[in-house]
Amino acid sequence: MPDLTKRNEMPVQDPKVRARNFKEVALGYSEEVAIAEAMRCLNCKNMPCVTGCPVNIHIPEFIGKIKEGDFEGAYQIITKSSSLPAVCGRVCPQENQCEAKCVRGIKGESVGIGRLERFVADWHNAFVTTSPEKPESNGHKVAVVGSGPSGLTCAGDLAKKGYSVTVFEALHTAGGVLVYGIPEFRLPKTIVKKEVETLKALGVEIQTNVVIGKTLTVDELFDMGYEAVFIGSGAGLPVFMNIPGEALKGVYSANEYLTRSNLMKAYRENPDTPIMKGGKVAVVGGGNVAMDAARTALRLGAEKVYIVYRRSMEELPARREEVEHAMEEGVEFRLLCSPVEILGYENPENPRDERNGFVRSMKCIKMELGEPDERGRRRPVEIKGSEFELSVDTVIMSIGTSPNPLIKSTTDGLEVNKKGGIVVNEDGLTSRSGVYAGGDAVTGAATVISAMGAGKTAAKAIDEYLK
Amino acid sequence: MYRILSKRVLNPSVTELNIEAPLVAKKAKPGQFIILRVDEEGERIPLTVAGTDAEKGSVRIIFQTVGATTRKLAEKNDGEFIEDFVGPLGTATHLDGLKKVCIIGGGVGCAIAMPVAEKLHEMGAEVTSIIGFRSKDIVVLEDEFRECSDRLFVMTDDGSYGEEGNVTIPLKKMLENGEKFDMIITIGPLIMMKFVTITAKPFDIPVTVSMNPIMIDGTGMCGGCRLTLNQNGEKVTKFACVDGPDFNGYEVDFDEAMSRGRMYGEFERHAYETTCNLYKREVQ
Repeated sequence: MPDLTKRNEMPVQDPKVRARNFKEVALGYSEEVAIAEAMRCLNCKNMPCVTGCPVNIHIPEFIGKIKEGDFEGAYQIITKSSSLPAVCGRVCPQENQCEAKCVRGIKGESVGIGRLERFVADWHNAFVTTSPEKPESNGHKVAVVGSGPSGLTCAGDLAKKGYSVTVFEALHTAGGVLVYGIPEFRLPKTIVKKEVETLKALGVEIQTNVVIGKTLTVDELFDMGYEAVFIGSGAGLPVFMNIPGEALKGVYSANEYLTRSNLMKAYRENPDTPIMKGGKVAVVGGGNVAMDAARTALRLGAEKVYIVYRRSMEELPARREEVEHAMEEGVEFRLLCSPVEILGYENPENPRDERNGFVRSMKCIKMELGEPDERGRRRPVEIKGSEFELSVDTVIMSIGTSPNPLIKSTTDGLEVNKKGGIVVNEDGLTSRSGVYAGGDAVTGAATVISAMGAGKTAAKAIDEYLK
Repeated sequence: MYRILSKRVLNPSVTELNIEAPLVAKKAKPGQFIILRVDEEGERIPLTVAGTDAEKGSVRIIFQTVGATTRKLAEKNDGEFIEDFVGPLGTATHLDGLKKVCIIGGGVGCAIAMPVAEKLHEMGAEVTSIIGFRSKDIVVLEDEFRECSDRLFVMTDDGSYGEEGNVTIPLKKMLENGEKFDMIITIGPLIMMKFVTITAKPFDIPVTVSMNPIMIDGTGMCGGCRLTLNQNGEKVTKFACVDGPDFNGYEVDFDEAMSRGRMYGEFERHAYETTCNLYKREVQ
């Protein structure tokens, strides 16, 4: 008899092997294991899991379909609420959302809801070849700024209702953080491409290489005949620590490092875009982006990768699975530490030495946790005299990102808060009529799923507005 | 995909292309730049807009073949396509209120200085242009500069054309003669801009430099193009792609910018060699 308190294991690539390749780490459930895992679901009447989901997927219902072996039926249920199921099944922090509420999790392990969502989406993408039908046009035009999760979701929901939607993307490929931020081994780009193709089949037009705020302004979009605009421009502005040595060669923002590797494919053998490979790497930060950067560095041949984080493991915000995988792969966690200075190589006898100006080490200081701040997180405090040096060749600053100020500075009357996030009401409406916003552009750096939820909310509000 | 409307080879290492990009052509102002990719796997590179024709919807770029991507770009012909083209990026050069300007261009930087000189001339300003090149075979745009400049100095390092010497020589002479420019606008190799700034300093003439760091996205999301300014004793970090590419020459840490520009030297050399070899083999 299977032990129903234990979750079915997700097959993964061996840590030592996967730490040197970019193939997907988690290999996915087989049909038998998926059904076995689905059987663990108690089909609770009050569905606490659904309340944990930012887009309220009908979880027990789709799991019920898996139990019957009706995988396409399960897919149809998921996609009523979520437009990117193959993505969310892979990147959602389920342990804080649906799975946190699962009743099975009280006495044992929660049902692997995320794994089941991924299984269903992958099954559909592998076996179902019919494209969705393009709905009849309702004669209205909407513009979406940004082709990340919130923009794509908003566009998809509106297209399904018959709107003519154009998504404007600043980069040369659609997907936003799904293509530039999340690495191939966590989210294969073929999956993102497939999701984008599905949207195009619904009639969504995607124009890449258009920077709203530079190539066109929001006001010009209205002049062009768009009746409403959704801003999903994300939070792409990198944050640096402003410590000495940050301009040395070998210091990257996580955005730059990941964009080179993921979007520009520098991870390949003979790429067109360079990136520093090998050596010793220190990643400063403790979020999902820091984990992505650290694990990418390993795969790019680093002999040693450190995560340098100023608080302790309890406070480390990254998704648990990413932390576990990172540790298994050999990333060394230097917790309760913070950088104070980055030191560079300088050959006093040879000003033309090729190594001049490159990072050679990072001076750090040990931290201890003091009094909690306004949000209840214990404040890290420097321990005087505890400085030490980490010998490194590359430093990746992964301490957060903020909304890019470009849209605000080129759109009259658009209110933003102190952190640069666009101010919206509960429908996603900004301070300008007809202009909506959602995702990281509003909240600052957050999750794919909350961005999707915001895209859904705004699509609903735009539909109401244009009726 | 963006179509190449016309191509002109200005000299063996400098090429001019007119690319069909109507949205960019409508918006681009002197000083702004675009980012392009030649093919699907290609790297993103920034190139300054050398001119626009809003009616034709075309954007002019003039570039020197210095690496793999510019080499591939130079091989493209009329009617062919490049993969990506985005802009206009960066902040336009501030030209309002300038009545007497000295434009100093070095090498292919002259192509970038061209639209600025033209615009100032159009605005009725007195334009003195100094254009410098290593030698005769890479002199470009001399006639175009003559048309929009009240005075033109053509310099070559080796004296094979025009006057011998670098661009700071005529500049120093004019400044020592008491000429007061509202602004010196200089565009070219970092070392040249550094020395123009050093030359102008004792005479207290404002200097605008156009920085050309390595870039990836060009919209402010990666910080790869960051440079350090010394503003009143304080070190400030700016992104060339959004705060620039123009900066106050006196504030820029040129040495740091030069060092950062060399970061991928070995990779670039190897990529250039490989690309050149590919073309050699095709010819054979």
